[in-house]
Amino acid sequence: MDFLNALVAFLNYVFIPGAAYGAQLALGALGATLIYSILRFSNFAQGDTMAFGTAIVILLTWWFQSLGINFGPLPTALLALPFAIVVTSLLVLGTDRVVYKFYRKQKAKPIILVIVSTGVMFVMNGVVRLIIGVKEQNFADGERFLLEPKAFKEWSGLAESLAIKTTTAVTLVAAVVCMVALFWFLQKTRTGKSMRAFSDNEDLALLSGINPDRVVQVTWIIAAALMVVAGTLYGLDKSYRPFTYFALLLPIFSAAIVGGLGSPIGAIVGGFVVAYSEVFVTYAWKKVLGYLLPDNLAPDGLVQLLSTDYKFAVSFSILIIVLLVKPTGLFKGN
Amino acid sequence: MADPFLIGEAMTGGYGPVDILHACTIAVDKGEIAVIVGPNGAGKSTAMKAVFGMLNLRGGRVLLEGEDITRLTPQARVAKGMAFVPQTSNIFTTMTVEENLEMGAFLRRDDIHETIGQIYDLFPILKQKRYQAAGELSGGQRQQVAVGRALMTQPKVLMLDEPTAGVSPIVMDELFDRIIEVARTGISILMVEQNARQALDIADKGYVLVQGTNRFTDTGKALLADPEVRRSFLGG
Repeated sequence: MDFLNALVAFLNYVFIPGAAYGAQLALGALGATLIYSILRFSNFAQGDTMAFGTAIVILLTWWFQSLGINFGPLPTALLALPFAIVVTSLLVLGTDRVVYKFYRKQKAKPIILVIVSTGVMFVMNGVVRLIIGVKEQNFADGERFLLEPKAFKEWSGLAESLAIKTTTAVTLVAAVVCMVALFWFLQKTRTGKSMRAFSDNEDLALLSGINPDRVVQVTWIIAAALMVVAGTLYGLDKSYRPFTYFALLLPIFSAAIVGGLGSPIGAIVGGFVVAYSEVFVTYAWKKVLGYLLPDNLAPDGLVQLLSTDYKFAVSFSILIIVLLVKPTGLFKGN
Repeated sequence: MADPFLIGEAMTGGYGPVDILHACTIAVDKGEIAVIVGPNGAGKSTAMKAVFGMLNLRGGRVLLEGEDITRLTPQARVAKGMAFVPQTSNIFTTMTVEENLEMGAFLRRDDIHETIGQIYDLFPILKQKRYQAAGELSGGQRQQVAVGRALMTQPKVLMLDEPTAGVSPIVMDELFDRIIEVARTGISILMVEQNARQALDIADKGYVLVQGTNRFTDTGKALLADPEVRRSFLGG
């Protein structure tokens, strides 16, 4: 029985939260990796674009709620998603037209574009705070649990309980849907293939008659959609604060780089690697070990390797280790 | 003689402020093979790129079927029926052979399956490897993918920049055979070659460039027979 309790505690506190967080990072990393492979720079405004998109989702959610519109057991935010994606796409396309296009025409070096995107980041940072403020916002509604802890306890008779939050389930389903759709698009459609061709060999893509402006626009729209979905899922699952989103930049880029920048599969795997590393290192293992080990060996301390305050140190360490040991990442990116 | 199908006439220009080409003229007739040869640094590739619009000309003009296309971008020339196979980076390495061919036909809106079938007839090995990433193929096979990609637009002129660079002599012979086959279908071929002797052997017309100017221009056979060309450029 103790082994089962240990397993349930592990699933409840490590595996499931890690999977949800990993899926959110993976979607964010996919957006970053797409921008990197087509526009050829690391978009530092990524986190704040996610914050912007999520802010729009929150405002629309509140408006829908005031109109009495809801999505049954699912969060109303899912209804707001498509509209927020449109608004965010317009924002990034506008930014591209006003800012990035100028540097692209000049054939600016990637490092210049990175600095430019840092500028965009600061502007967007301010815009988001003007729109929704700096405070924490809660916008999750609908059923709180898909699997209630109490119901599980009664059913299993175990001391430990297992809960699956609706937002966790929504995160995983939405992430799978987005990933499948993205891969189908890149592998099977004419536009998707032209994006891969452009990323592979820009000059030859031009010789083949592929329109670079169109490729760039489609890339921004898809990246915006991924960013809004990732941001919304993160906000539903945890909570929304603009600053948190800015800080997500680090785990997202570690994820993209661990997998190999430019590789979509790598971005997904990287997302889970970073998420699980964070959860493993910051989780207090006392409970799980207490069930597994004989009483006389049970740990006295929390068996927590790092305080959760240091979770970004984990992403940062992973980033450094990958860049030192295998700079091309797990899936041979650039 | 009637106007040639494609002509770069008295072209002068270069990549930067320094001219590489000096009043250089390159032309090819319908269904013929024209070959540009010459020593290293003679401006062979530059002449071809000038015809394709990849550098700014300070003098001269380019005519395709009598139409002045000097000011058109390379992309616009592709739409006009010109296809170009660069010497390096001429395939999408991460994409499959078939996807490479599809990308070649990107501008076309009609059914491309028939053309893909024709490419596979021309290069049977590509059909076997159609679902393999093009970057995993051998040098000769990559060149076949590159030529196949360019043919997907159903061009009137095919321009090849050293198609046999880095492939074995056997593969080179085979590539030349294929190129002759392509020319027989009525497509004009303009090609830059290091292997001057073999290239002139299959050429209807040869251009020997030296320092960006035409030194000798004649049929391939005549150039091969010319003792001065032989002594200076073909190693006796």
